[in-house]
Amino acid sequence: MTAVERKIPHDSAREHVTGEAVYVDDMPPSRGELIVDFLWSPVAHGRIRRLDVEPARNIAGVVALFTHGDLAHNRFGPSQIQDELLIAEDEVRFIGQPVVVIAAENREAVRAAKAAIRLDIDPLPPVFTIDEAKARRDFIGPVRKIARGDVATAFAHAEHVLQGVFKTGGVDQFYLESQAAIAWPGEKGALTVHSSTQNPTEVQDVVAHLLGLPAHKVVVITKRLGGGFGGKECQATHPAAMAALVAHKLKRPARIAYSKDDDMRVTGGRHPFQNDYRVAFTSEGIITAVKVDLYSDGGAFADLSQAVMARAMTHTDNAYWIPNIEITGTVCRTNFPPNTAFRGFGGPQGVSTMENMIEEISLFLHKDPLEIRMRNCYGIEERNTTPYGQIVANNQLPRLMRDIGERADFRRRTAAVADFNAKSKTHLRGIACSAVKFGISFNTKFLNQANALVNVYLDGTVQVSTGATEMGQGVNTKIKQVVAAELGIDAGLVIVMATSTEKNNNTSATAASSGADMNGSAAADACRRIRARLVEVAARELAARTEDLQPSPSTIAIANGMAFDRRRPQHGIAWRDLVRAAYLQRVSLGERGFYATAGLDWNAEKSSGSPFLYFTNGCAVSEVLIDRFTGSARVLRSDLLMDIGKSINPGIDRGQITGAFFQGLGWLTNEEKRYAPTGELLTYSPTTYKVPNIQDLPQVFNVDWIENDTNTLNLRSSKAVGEPPLLLAISVYCAIKNALSFVSGSEIPKIDAPCTGEEILMRLTEYARKNARKPQESAASA
Amino acid sequence: MSDSTKGVSRRGFLKGAGSAAAATALLDSAVLTVREATAQITGPPVYGPGRTELALHVNGSERTVLVEPRTTLAAALRDELDLTGTKVVCDRGACSGCTVWIDGLPVASCMTLAIDAAGRKITTIEGLATGDKLHPVQEAFIEKDAMQCGFCTPGMVMTAAALLERNPDPTLDDVKEAVSGNLCRCAVYPQVFEATLAAAKKRKASQIAGS
Repeated sequence: MTAVERKIPHDSAREHVTGEAVYVDDMPPSRGELIVDFLWSPVAHGRIRRLDVEPARNIAGVVALFTHGDLAHNRFGPSQIQDELLIAEDEVRFIGQPVVVIAAENREAVRAAKAAIRLDIDPLPPVFTIDEAKARRDFIGPVRKIARGDVATAFAHAEHVLQGVFKTGGVDQFYLESQAAIAWPGEKGALTVHSSTQNPTEVQDVVAHLLGLPAHKVVVITKRLGGGFGGKECQATHPAAMAALVAHKLKRPARIAYSKDDDMRVTGGRHPFQNDYRVAFTSEGIITAVKVDLYSDGGAFADLSQAVMARAMTHTDNAYWIPNIEITGTVCRTNFPPNTAFRGFGGPQGVSTMENMIEEISLFLHKDPLEIRMRNCYGIEERNTTPYGQIVANNQLPRLMRDIGERADFRRRTAAVADFNAKSKTHLRGIACSAVKFGISFNTKFLNQANALVNVYLDGTVQVSTGATEMGQGVNTKIKQVVAAELGIDAGLVIVMATSTEKNNNTSATAASSGADMNGSAAADACRRIRARLVEVAARELAARTEDLQPSPSTIAIANGMAFDRRRPQHGIAWRDLVRAAYLQRVSLGERGFYATAGLDWNAEKSSGSPFLYFTNGCAVSEVLIDRFTGSARVLRSDLLMDIGKSINPGIDRGQITGAFFQGLGWLTNEEKRYAPTGELLTYSPTTYKVPNIQDLPQVFNVDWIENDTNTLNLRSSKAVGEPPLLLAISVYCAIKNALSFVSGSEIPKIDAPCTGEEILMRLTEYARKNARKPQESAASA
Repeated sequence: MSDSTKGVSRRGFLKGAGSAAAATALLDSAVLTVREATAQITGPPVYGPGRTELALHVNGSERTVLVEPRTTLAAALRDELDLTGTKVVCDRGACSGCTVWIDGLPVASCMTLAIDAAGRKITTIEGLATGDKLHPVQEAFIEKDAMQCGFCTPGMVMTAAALLERNPDPTLDDVKEAVSGNLCRCAVYPQVFEATLAAAKKRKASQIAGS
């Protein structure tokens, strides 16, 4: 029995349920270890007039205070823009920007130092909204554009046109384990950094660069993360660099661990978007033209905002073929912490814009929204090229749309919702569907590479090391299964080691849903070469042991921990004995594998090409119930149907689907960042920031995927699953919009995300005032 | 010392101090509140402000820690006893990541003073299994994929296991109610429900078989 396509428990399951699993801040302190923290700017935008750290120097327990001059370099960034400063120089650009790094013997000294440092800042005018940044034309990087067809002519000849502004809010990743790092000084000025990062190589690069060290003197180790969700793709670098600075300068171990409050205040989250849209369509609901101008709030520095925007732009078409389309993408600079990666990486903001347009078309035309989606869906043989030029191959979308309609009993329930709303004076129901087509691969071509190290030991056990970081998504479990399947052994013989730049160099972030795809493929590459050598050994060994059998590597099989010659399957050699024999024959039992995703092509300047290896697709139907007196919404039922190829581990993939959907639900419903007029975040703990909990689960939650073994482009015909299901929560947004359509009279309801209870109540109140009559025949009762 | 120190939780202290300040010019009953609060705050014996030796009964053994009286149980467990399975997430009792048992009941250890737990029976995630034999809830969490990143898992397991201790035959709604305070950003809630119910069922079956 092969080790893949099976539900086996998470690699660290036992350690998690016993509390044995070690995260960075669980590591015992080492001798002489210092606590690292930082004083940050309390002003969103200003010029530092005076910074005096001297009063803090004499505080008992304060060991050192570092400012930007203590770094070899201060400027860095994950993109070519390189505009970020680890420690503020003369200007501060957001509340939470580090100004002084504090190293102390204990937390009391840290607190006293923060109080004693004198920091005077002359305020400058801050920018807090996309509109303000647009007015000032203060953008990060160039404005990009994707265009196809003749949009102007199509709009000029349009039967119907709808337009508006679609806004989605910022979200905190709210990984439960806040940012943390420990740095140890070593010989020859070297550093070992334990970091809760999705990107050990980037931590290595940035630490080396900021401290003026060669890369080979910095080793970064990541055992596991207590959640990342994109928030530790770039922004784990800052705490790691601060701990490294202290360890490097003072030659003492140094630990930094943000509190949850601080983490939420100083790190960036999902980009808020404010998109101008215009859509032309026929009376049959066929979209003839789309013009969308995407604007994101990038925060104070570039971070990954350009890449996030590229993904938003390449996902605005979503599942639909649109002949004439123009999409622009502009990243606005504001005085908030730099916004960064968050599961979906711009995809949700692009896709939701399109799904909102389709919902509005169906409300306008009084036509079945699923039917409209099917009419505009990418075709199998034709109408299957994206606006940026990639062919939508192996397209399962039409099948998914058809199937979800049946599974969720969409049409009958749509009618039931209309009946309910006609009768109920206290509640409103809404039902909607949505689709997702999510491109898998990093838009940045060179990031699509991975390496892996596989060591086989004399007792037959195996260690695997890759650049993938385990953050709950189960990548280590999948890699373990792939290695076991490739070698023909039991998964119990395989251990996946902590991620370390010492073993795997120049790795990409574990992001873009591609961790298992790429690192699993690299590990498989290593295994195939080890296996090829072992097959030679087995051929010789079996021939030596079996009468009248000539060595024949081509007829050797290794399965279920045994090697045998298919011509004489009754004579086997156990895996362990085979490994031992190989060693005695001086055959290498280790290998480094490499993988580079084939066939990718992306021109960032022109925003064109085929940036994705394949698409992961899905459809969902959600039904909501709204309390008309409070505005609070509940999800009554959600049906999710996906195409995730051949699942390597159905248990893990199911968890990814339900978990991602739920995060999307938070983004669109209850998670709202609120700020003081000064730009200070007010919602920096779960007491004020509402991440979904069990009460927010759909009362009925059906999750399934179709059989599809045709995605042979990818590792074992599987598909990436980490991000795409998040976008299926857009069905909940559309369902809320659908519910509001029953009270909005002749107009199409407008609501910004997140659709908090407060936001819904305001819309209900607005429509009640406008249509001070009983709920009329709905705009969407078709 | 166990009895005399009961009731001085971080939250209790704040409540007491707040009502004391507010009640001075109010009714007789409110004055009583002041007395009560004062007795609670200043009543003998007095600990601190320096470090105090506390005997903590953790996972079946007596442990002694030397901590300031303001030290939370979570900090004492993690920093003094190296029991790092208990996680501190929000540090204000809103996520239940730090759940441990005191006398068999789940509490937020970030909102409990170590001094308050002295002399009482503390169980942490490290003490839930019996030797190598996992608690049925632990086994079920593994089997039902009821964890992803694992950071909420110790708190979630302690909450779910405490439910089964007081209600061996819970309904789905009982499970939902019990874990409603535990935040999981990976959102393994459906799997937690399945696991907890499966654990209850299995435990019941084994008890019937064993009786």
